[in-house]
Amino acid sequence: MKPIIELENLTFRYQKNDERPALEDVSLKVYPGEWIAIIGHNGSGKSTLAKTINGLLAPESGKVQVGEYQLTEEHLWSIRRMVGMVFQNPDNQFVGATVEDDVAFGLENQGIPREEMVIRVQEALKQVRMNEFATREPARLSGGQKQRVAIAGVVALRPDIIILDEATSMLDPEGRAEVIATIKKIKEENNLTVLSITHDIDEAANANRILVMRQGKLIDEGTPEKIFSAGPKLIELGLDLPFPERLKYSLQKRGIQVPEEYLTEEGMVEWLWTSGLNK
Amino acid sequence: MMNKLILGRYLPGDSLIHRLDPRAKLIASFYFIGIIFLANNFVSYAMLGIFTLCCLLLSKIDFGFFLRGVRPLIWLILFTVALQIFFTGGGEVYWKWGVFQLTEFGIQNGIFIFCRFVLIIFMSTLLTLTTPPLALSDAIEYLLRPLKPLKVPVHEISLMLSIALRFVPTLMDETEKIMNAQRARGVDFGEGNLVQKMKAVIPLLIPLFVSSFNRADDLATAMEARGYQGGDGRTKYRVLHWSTKDTIVIVTFAVLTAVLMYIRN
Repeated sequence: MKPIIELENLTFRYQKNDERPALEDVSLKVYPGEWIAIIGHNGSGKSTLAKTINGLLAPESGKVQVGEYQLTEEHLWSIRRMVGMVFQNPDNQFVGATVEDDVAFGLENQGIPREEMVIRVQEALKQVRMNEFATREPARLSGGQKQRVAIAGVVALRPDIIILDEATSMLDPEGRAEVIATIKKIKEENNLTVLSITHDIDEAANANRILVMRQGKLIDEGTPEKIFSAGPKLIELGLDLPFPERLKYSLQKRGIQVPEEYLTEEGMVEWLWTSGLNK
Repeated sequence: MMNKLILGRYLPGDSLIHRLDPRAKLIASFYFIGIIFLANNFVSYAMLGIFTLCCLLLSKIDFGFFLRGVRPLIWLILFTVALQIFFTGGGEVYWKWGVFQLTEFGIQNGIFIFCRFVLIIFMSTLLTLTTPPLALSDAIEYLLRPLKPLKVPVHEISLMLSIALRFVPTLMDETEKIMNAQRARGVDFGEGNLVQKMKAVIPLLIPLFVSSFNRADDLATAMEARGYQGGDGRTKYRVLHWSTKDTIVIVTFAVLTAVLMYIRN
């Protein structure tokens, strides 16, 4: 299968004379339909990476290829059509004065005729279950609702790739679960590729593949099972452990033998209720 | 403090006036301010007064709202009226003291000026109370369109206007938050003399500015990521509909002007 995003030896510096580049020799392939989570410390270059993919930041050296386009001045807008981005702060990315205006903003930019816009806005709002709020103003919505509107704004554009740049980091647990569920559903329905940059471990656990970044470099990559089995080392990387892992280590400290491999919540329950039988 | 301010507030409703096209309302309000200067006798002012009253009644909004619109400007109005009354000469002189005098024309002029002010405020309050700010900014964009060949950046102006309107409540919330956060650290807003009061505003103003810069940065990035490339080649989601009732409004104003021309001195 041909990768939908291909990064080759990407290096990026915010200031020319910065000693340490924000991204250093990053190479990466993402295949269509994948859910990728990028995790790492604050300042490890995750957001910078996301912004170089759709050309919001221009890399110092290296190659960015999205679909059939290579990132250059002339293909910039074609790439941005393929890549939808949802950012961190729900308030600061809300352009429209009402929900429907905000969803329509991207469509307006593409010069889509009004009749089609009306249909697409309705559809997108229905997909994120915000259609009852179409005429509301942002000041009267919760954080999670605003993020769902931002997702609708991206979905209406029918992109191939959605990048979530810490889209749930300013939400409460409820709003966070809501947004992740929405993204999951939309990904399945539209067969999208999702790139999520996150600190949230539950969000990362949803991914097919996790990339770990540190100081501008990709230092590890693998399935959630593989990454999470690294255990306490993850904490050094600025990450939390998933709940079953934490439980495992607490048990281990009390001298209870636990399996080495990573267990999901179901797996943990399964192991716990059968473990007594083995004694 | 913002609840007292009626100017620029919108009251949702479903009256005839609410349903008019914002362009018609905007043109009519400006036009009304123009023709009010045509009135120069009691009959013409009475007619304009009755006309305004009819408009206010049609909006089905409590009359108290309009009176509250006048309140913040009442001292300015009274001051102007007083100047008119005491410094206008002509007609029968009732009372004189130095440069001050009370004359027939003076009193008449004072009343006219008062009526003029109140009617203008009533009409502009009617406009803002019955039109959502967003519709107003759409109307302004539409009416500015003829200026485009003169290199006036119409799209940019209207975009800035609508973003500004959208961020007003957000920034108000933030102001409130920063104020409370600073109060929690012991800043006293509105206490002490003028210098102290001004100094107390700094811990509010600087964070507000800094966060506005950050917001602007984030917003610009988000807009660009969603394919915003400027005004060219954009379509519009919201459209304004001009209907027969809007034409009727314009015709009514034309008739009003004709009658006014007839009955003025």
